This record gives sequence, structure tokens and C-alpha cells, in this order.
Amino acid sequence: MLYFLQHYWWILVSLLGAILVFLMFVQGGQSLLIWSTKNKEEKTLLINALGHKWELTFTTLVTFGGAIFASFPLYYSTSFGGAYWLWTAILFLFVIQAVSYEFRGKAGNLLGAKTYETFLFLNGMVGTILIGVAVGTFFTGGSFVMDKMSITDIYKPTISYWTNGWHGLDAITNPFNLTMGIVVFLAARTLGLLYIIMQIDSDAFITRCKSQVKVTGTAFVIGFVLLLLVLFTMTGYSVSQENGLISPVRYKYFFNMTQLIWPLAMLLMGVILVLWGLGTSFFAKGRYSFYITGGGVVVAVWSILICAAFNDTAFFVSTVNIQNSLTLYNSSSSEFTLKVMAFASLMIPFVLGYIVYVWRALTKVKISTDEIGKADSHKY
Amino acid sequence: MLLASLVDLSRLQFALTAMFHWIFVPLTIGLGFIIAIMETYYVRTGNEFWKRTTKFWMKIFAVNFAIGVATGIILEFQFGTNWSNYSWFVGDIFGAPLAIEGILAFFMETTFFAIMFFGWNKVSKKAHLLSTWLVAFGTALSALWILVANAWMQYPIGMEFNPDTARNEMVDFWAVATSPVALNKFIHTITNAYVLGSVVVIGISSWYLLQKREEEFSRRSIKIAAIFGLISLVVLIWSGDGSGYQVSQKQPMKLAAMEGLYRSSNGTPLVAFGILNPKKNVSAMVDDSIGYELEKPYIFNISIPQGLSLLANRKFDSFVPGIEDILKGGYTYTDVNGEQQVALSVEEKIVRGKSAIAALALYNKAKEAGDDEGKEIARKQLMDNFEHFGYGFIKNPQDIVPNVPLTFYAFRVMVILGGYFILLFLLTIFMERKSLIGKSRWFQYMAITSVPLVYICSQAGWIVAEVGRQPWTIQNLLPVQASVSGVSSSSVLVTIILFFVLFSVLLIAELAILFKVIKKGPGA
Repeated sequence: MLYFLQHYWWILVSLLGAILVFLMFVQGGQSLLIWSTKNKEEKTLLINALGHKWELTFTTLVTFGGAIFASFPLYYSTSFGGAYWLWTAILFLFVIQAVSYEFRGKAGNLLGAKTYETFLFLNGMVGTILIGVAVGTFFTGGSFVMDKMSITDIYKPTISYWTNGWHGLDAITNPFNLTMGIVVFLAARTLGLLYIIMQIDSDAFITRCKSQVKVTGTAFVIGFVLLLLVLFTMTGYSVSQENGLISPVRYKYFFNMTQLIWPLAMLLMGVILVLWGLGTSFFAKGRYSFYITGGGVVVAVWSILICAAFNDTAFFVSTVNIQNSLTLYNSSSSEFTLKVMAFASLMIPFVLGYIVYVWRALTKVKISTDEIGKADSHKY
Repeated sequence: MLLASLVDLSRLQFALTAMFHWIFVPLTIGLGFIIAIMETYYVRTGNEFWKRTTKFWMKIFAVNFAIGVATGIILEFQFGTNWSNYSWFVGDIFGAPLAIEGILAFFMETTFFAIMFFGWNKVSKKAHLLSTWLVAFGTALSALWILVANAWMQYPIGMEFNPDTARNEMVDFWAVATSPVALNKFIHTITNAYVLGSVVVIGISSWYLLQKREEEFSRRSIKIAAIFGLISLVVLIWSGDGSGYQVSQKQPMKLAAMEGLYRSSNGTPLVAFGILNPKKNVSAMVDDSIGYELEKPYIFNISIPQGLSLLANRKFDSFVPGIEDILKGGYTYTDVNGEQQVALSVEEKIVRGKSAIAALALYNKAKEAGDDEGKEIARKQLMDNFEHFGYGFIKNPQDIVPNVPLTFYAFRVMVILGGYFILLFLLTIFMERKSLIGKSRWFQYMAITSVPLVYICSQAGWIVAEVGRQPWTIQNLLPVQASVSGVSSSSVLVTIILFFVLFSVLLIAELAILFKVIKKGPGA
């Protein structure tokens, strides 16, 4: 039962992570604020279109944090406490986002509209890259040591810590992590452009976004394929279910895909959806490109995150001592807690249901200057 | 040995971010409910006046909500970044309420927030009203789960220690979710937020009256807020008494610090007002009982005879232990199972705590050696002493005494201001009924001045709760020094400065925006 629950919760946490990557279209859209918008009107249109959705992304990030804390507390403890600066930088970039929508257009906002726009841009540009870097550590690990029994040392009871003074910033220097960061950014920006094309009522702006999405979308696909090539040729680490020992396995993630098959099928489906979605945008009106590409991103990212831990794979490897690495088995909550949480997770379809209802209610009218200007409308 | 500065800085950062967060959250919770009442009037009567009133308070709500969200994310992730030992040691129990909060409450708040603000002309009136109520309900639900988590830290229940994983594991979810401490804490905190929201509405409306503007808007807003605030305050005081009782039963040291009570006897008085003697020194007192006689705990105090005994144990002549009594032990008390026990001295608890920790190490060694008998012996030693596990990390008995002056004065500030708000609400209702509210400038000034006071009151309550429980992150099981992450002090110092500067700037911006919105008024 514990084995099942550990995998069930990894699937859910991975799904949350995948949905988060999709919902970061908000961040991708924000990255257009500087250089890609021509005037104040376009900025306002963009911010108001994204402003209806930003909290959904933010809440998904917060829930991802809560869910991983509850289901894999040793990861929460080791990664957040160890890669201190990486996570703090991410948090900082999301704090400045959270106030910017509401504060930007208000009189007396102290810092001026441009500062808040810069905050949104930084969140969209650097925030997505750093989240991608953090996701990359699921495959490249980190420079930490972890020993649960350290709690018995009353003078230094620290269970885990980073062994270098960079406290997680070193993860950015890893080429794979950085590539992952850039690919996540490109995915977010592509989706952001597709969202604008779908949701904003401004011909000039849409024409520009349509030409931009061709470049960004193509770069995203190329980057993603490159990332997959590196991932599938990487050495991963396997954990023995018998004695818990961890050992390196060449092409581990490739084998995870081919041995389990269904993640491979998910990945292929994701790639097809992404290509289909982009194709409809490149060569047709692309009315549903945002949803098709977004769906593809969710399925593809989900499959990759599943492969980070399934098939007895260490999902957070200690580069200092591989036996300290985290797996689904040594890092999860107890069977009882996972079971309680599994009952709570039964509410997820209901939650998704009302999110879809609200999403539809708010996207049926395109965002235009007239729409923003309506007396009943809350403006950003 | 861990540097004391790392622990202190980590505590400072958490206190700083939590206090900032708590500036915004109670107004969101309180105002959300008041807005929902106003919109209900609108939907029921169809009177556009109520729509205009609702929309004005929603503007205040939106600005406040945004910065509340911004400051909240730090708190959640800080358990990992700054308290990583804690996150493993109790993550099995503590993480669940946070995750449930995210799934059930946060999504409800933020999803329907979108309808509340952008859906006026996109959904029906009733669907909009339902969304507003769901946002109000979502904020309360969110508070419930985070307070369940907080209450569990103060009264750990429903779990067992697992020596194989070196952590506590949940065995009874309902015991965690419905513990008496959690229920009291939830009611106390949520009603505090309702009172705060009410006082803010009364204060802002009174400013308009002072300016001789928006009279109808202000009077009607005041009427709703005063009635809602008074009802909430009655429940708040009732739950405050319940909280006091729970503290006395589960955290006697906190209660002793709240009262500045060093040495006690049967029929303990309650200090209604007092000034502590700054020369009173816990470490001198422990070694030298003459010191107690030389340095009285108070320079001045007015006490209610037997009041503390009644509050703490529901008996006039009962014994409420003071700080010195708790350190020395030897008094009789009733434990959570209703059985009479003789209190151990803290020195003895430290010995037992060390024994528990040593037993865990032995258990692990025996396990590695395949020594089943050794494992069982170690497990028994561990379980026999586990309730004092955290004391094993304590160096000196005096280290378990929290900051007495801060706890003592914060408690009095909270209680005195709580009493003041009863008068304020009663006076507001009286003045409103007699139609004096628009004419009485002294009342208007009083209502405006009450706004900062309600924030001070609310913050003081959290200072009592959190400073009073030091040094424990989990009562008796884990002190702060065994909870912190292994990061450098300098890193934490830099993040403190970063967050302090950022949050201060954002707070100033928020206030400036709010002042502009208020100045423009509901007619804008």
C-alpha cells in the first residue's frame, strides 16, 4: 500500500508541477512587457489579460509547495534548506509579482508603473528560468549531505546541508539545469504569446505576437528536443528495493521511458499536441492553439517528471555521497499520512471543475480597451 | 555547536515575515465577510447604493489581498528554507494541513476572487454573490488549516515517533484537526480578524463623517461593522478564555510568562495591571532563593485574587505553577489524561531527553548491526523518555523560559485593547441609534484612532502565542536550535535585510494606495 501511495503522490505532485509549467504562460506573457509591447495601451491590455489568471499560477506554485511538503517532506527539507539561495531568489521574484498587478495602475503606488512592470518582467524572465533550474535538479541532483540520524547529535543536529557556500546558486551553472531553465522560459513565453493571440482584441498586437510565436515556438521545440537528447543519454541513479543502496545506471531516464512505456506514450502524445498546437498557430487561425499546445506541455512535462522518480530512480541525487540521495521510498511521508492526503486529493476534480467554470466565464469576452474601460470592470 | 546567531536570525526572519503577513491577512478575512454581507443586501434589495458600497470596500480588499498573498508565500516555503530539520522531524504531520489548505482553500479564494472582481458583467448577480461568499469562506477555511498546523506545534497530538525514520508520524488525523487547541485558536483568530475588519470599516467611515462626506454610505457601513464586530468580539472573548485555559493545561511556562509569575501558591491571583521588575533575573533566582525575596517580580501590580487559578484550572483555590515552580518541579498537576502527576524538574527532563536521544542513536546502531534485542531495549528507553525528547537539546534549565517582559506586556496590551473595543462597538451602536454619529467629532476621532490600535492588539496576540512558547518549535519535542537549517548566518542575515526592505517598501506603497482610494471615496 505504501508503495502505491508513494507513486500515487509522485504522480499528483508531478501533475501539479506540469500544470504549473503550463500556467506559467502568465510569466511568459509578462516577459513581453519590455521590448515587445509598443505603447502604454498594449502594456495595459497585456497586464489586464494576464491579470485575470496570475493568481491561478501563484496558487498552483503554493499548492505544489504544500503538496511536496506533505508527501515528500525530506525533499522539502533537503532541497529548500540546502539550495537556500536558489529557492529564496525564486520566492523573491514571486513576491514582487504578487503585488505588481494590483499596484501598477493605482495612484500613489510609490514606485511608479514602470517599476511594477519591471517586477513583472523579471518574474516572467528570471522566475521561469530559475524554476526550470530547480526542476533540473531532479535529474542532476545537488551538493548536499543528508543523514536522518544526525538528529541524535545534540550539538549539531542538522539532518541535511549544502556542502558549498553557494547554497543552491551553483545549480544555475550546471548546463543541463540552465538548458531546462531556458526551455521552461521558452515554453512559458510561447504559451503566453498564444494566450495573447487568443484573448486580446488588438489586431496590431496580435500580428506581432503571431510572428513572434513562430520564432519562440520553434526555439522551444528545438530546445526541448535537445533537452530530451541530453536527458536520455544521461546517467541516472537507481535504488535497490531490497537494501536501499543507490547505484549509477547509464541511460537511466531513457530506460525509464522504454521500460515503463506509458510515460513514453505520454511524452509522444505531448510532443504531438505541442507540434499540432503550434502548427495551427503558424499556418492557420489557431483559435485553440493555446489549449492544444498547453495540453501538450502538461502531458510532456508530466511524463518527464514521472520518469525522474519512477522505476526505482533517485529523484534528488547527492553529488557528494550518492547513498544520501532521495528516492520515493526514503523521502515520503508515512502510509497513514499519504492515505489521509489521498482522501483529500479526491476533492481535486471538484476543484478543477470550478476552476474550469470560472476560466470559461472570464475568457468568453476578449480583452480590449473598451472592455477594460467598462464601469463595472476591475482594472489593473 | 550551532551558532546562536543562526537560530536567532532564523527566528527573527520568521517573526518579521509572519508579522508583516499578519498586517494584511486579518483585514482580508474580516473585510471579506463584511463585503459579502453588503453584497447580499444589494442582491436582496436591488438597491444600487449597496453595489456602490460593496465595490468601494472591494477596492480596499483587493489591494490588501495582493500584498497578503505576496507576504504569505514566504512563510510557507520558509519552513523548508530556514527550518529544514523541523520540516523532516514533523513534516509527516505538519505538511498535511498546508497541502489541504492549498487544495481546498487557496484555489477557492483565488478562483472566485477572479469572479468577484472581473465577473460583475460576466455572471449573474446570484453567481457573483455566491463567489463573494466563497472568497470569504475560503479565507476562513485557509485560516483554519494553517491554525490547525500552528496549534499542533503548541500541542502535538495524534502522532507517534518512528525510530526507523527518526521522525514523528501521524496516527490520528482527526485528533490533529480537531484538537481543543486548534479549535480555540481558529475561533480566536478568525473572530480577531472580523473585529479588525469591523474597526477598519468604522474608522474609515468615520473619517468621511469627519470630512462631512458620504454620510449615508458611512452610517450604513458603520452600522453593519459595529453589529458584526460586537458579535465577533463576544465570541473572541469567549474563545480567549478558552485559549487561556488550553495554555494553562498544555503550556504552563507560557502562562507563567504571560503573568510574570515566578513563584506560586494555591489560589493564584491574576495580574490585571502591573509593571515588571526589570532586575528580576531567572538564572539568579534558580540558584539563590534569597534572590527571589530581594527582587520582587513586580514594581507595581493590581491583581484579582484567585483569578488566575479560576482561569487556568476553573477552581479558585487551585495551584498555577510559576516559572520557578516549573523549573524546580515537585508540584502536583493533572495531566491531559486526567491523572494526577508530580511535575519533574527541568533538570530531570533534560536528563530524560538526553536519554531519549541517546536511545535513538543506540537503536540505529543496533539496527545496523542486526541486533534485534539491542533494538528493543533502545526502543523502550526511547519511548519511555520520548515526551521529554526536546529537552535533550536544552543546555541550561533557564533556557526554557521565554522572554517574560515581552510576553507579559503583549498579553496586557491585547487584553486591555480587547476591552476597549467592547466599549467602542457598544458606543458605536448607541451613537448610531441616536443618530449622533455624524455630529460627534470626538467619536469620529476616537474611531479613526482605533484603527492602528486594533492592529497593535492583533499583533500583540501573536506575540503572546509565539514568543510565549519559546524555545519550542514543537512543545517539549523540538527546540528552535534543533529545528534550523544548516545555512550560514550571513545568508539568513542578507535575506532578512532583503525581505525587510522589500516588505517595508511594499507596505508604504500599499498604505499610500489605500489612502488615495479612501480619499477618492466610494463616489469615484
